[in-house]
Amino acid sequence: MIELQLDFFQYDFMRTALAAGLAASVLCGIIGIYVILNKIVFISDGIAHAAFGGIGLGYFLGFDPLVFGIGSAILTALGIGVISHRARVSEDTAIGVFMATGMALGVMLLTLSQGYARDLYGYLFGNILAVTGSDVLMISILTAIILVLVYLLYKEFLILSFDPIYGEAIGLPVQGLRLLLLTMVAFSVVVLIKIVGIIMVIALLTIPGAISRQHMKGLPAIMAGSIFLGAVFVTIGLLISYMLDVPSGATIILTAALVFFLSTIASR
Amino acid sequence: MTTVSIKGLWVCRAEHAVLEDINLELEPSDFLGLIGPNGGGKSTLLKVMLGLIKPDRGEIKIFGLTPEAARGRVGYMPQKTMFDQSFPVKVQDVVLMGRYSRIGLFHRYGPEDRAAARRALEAVKMDDRAEREIGALSGGEQQRVFVARSLVSDPELLLLDEPTAGVDSAQQTEFYDLLSHLNHDLGIAIVMVSHDVTAISKYVSKIACLNQRLYYHGSKEITNEDIEKAYGCPVEMIAHGTPHRVLREHD
Repeated sequence: MIELQLDFFQYDFMRTALAAGLAASVLCGIIGIYVILNKIVFISDGIAHAAFGGIGLGYFLGFDPLVFGIGSAILTALGIGVISHRARVSEDTAIGVFMATGMALGVMLLTLSQGYARDLYGYLFGNILAVTGSDVLMISILTAIILVLVYLLYKEFLILSFDPIYGEAIGLPVQGLRLLLLTMVAFSVVVLIKIVGIIMVIALLTIPGAISRQHMKGLPAIMAGSIFLGAVFVTIGLLISYMLDVPSGATIILTAALVFFLSTIASR
Repeated sequence: MTTVSIKGLWVCRAEHAVLEDINLELEPSDFLGLIGPNGGGKSTLLKVMLGLIKPDRGEIKIFGLTPEAARGRVGYMPQKTMFDQSFPVKVQDVVLMGRYSRIGLFHRYGPEDRAAARRALEAVKMDDRAEREIGALSGGEQQRVFVARSLVSDPELLLLDEPTAGVDSAQQTEFYDLLSHLNHDLGIAIVMVSHDVTAISKYVSKIACLNQRLYYHGSKEITNEDIEKAYGCPVEMIAHGTPHRVLREHD
């Protein structure tokens, strides 16, 4: 076992994967809590799926798929935010449409770009071992930007999450903050796609926060607990997937899900 | 300085008048009870006073200023605050939210804000609950906390939209006593929207009845005719006799 662990850290790709996973845990820990508190889990999932359209387009045109993924995720986030504000189309209908359209576009464009079948699988189910050094840099920069934003707008996001109607009445730019939150979700989701894949993004975004909420009091403590749990899940998941030679994304999510069920039973 | 001055104000939505030729003057010591049927425009009128809805015609001044400019001096308590009862936030942090209108975007709460939050909680006798989570409080206690939140910006005018909805009657009486105290002892003008005609008649100093048009004579008296016009039904249905008639006995 000890031998195996040392072995594990010898490889560059393992260290890179772990670095990416830990940076993503910070991101998830913070944004995930806001996703839970604002009840935008379905929106976040929709954004993740819609990002696939952008990733496909990136491949098709021969540019960085992740950059295109972020672009389409943000467009989707803003699209959903604006549509639900106008209220002609209900929000969950809008999400359903964006979600399916994004996936269909992604599958179509990836198929048309010859020879990327393996990458298709990677985007759907995640492949943290394929993360590159420049990916880690990008994830770290995004994490830093979001940390700064949440630090500066902590009290505003608290009002938005707790009581947006009151916020509007006292002059808080509620719509602007909501769009900013959705944009931050879009960034986080695309980062997580690299690690656990589109299908399972929502689990990594919500499970650490949900567990932390069962045990911690106060928002800062819940966020800290959530970051810690995310880091633990990523590390353990990576280790197990390495030792048993099973897919990393699924292992990370199953680890998180197991702890979630145990924690839920224990805290009843 | 007049606290609220509204002259010939109209608000229309989809070519439909929601508020029609509203005229209202309030003094600093006033406690106005605003009654009227559902959809009569009561919440809309409060939103106009907050500067959230622009009038289509007419003029509104709060402390002689536009509603937006006066917002920092106005406290607001929305109709039954719907929130996740397990939301992880302490009572004192809920109250601090009310300081936003004073300190604005990006600035963090300072010692002055925390002192104001403590004072507001003391004013509603909830200071011993400051460290508790909001969801751990009873409905009536939560309403008090939301009043504290509207008081924390040291407002000179309080706008309350059906503040006692969902609060049991024992707690309601305490709640109205609290409002009387704020009005009499702290000199805060209050506009309270309510369906509770009985309570209104007992505590407020002036009554207005709103159904698109405002029926108001600058006193606690409104006539039979006013209420009939506003509600479109006989007075008996509203002021159903003793012990707390809104209206004077008529011969």
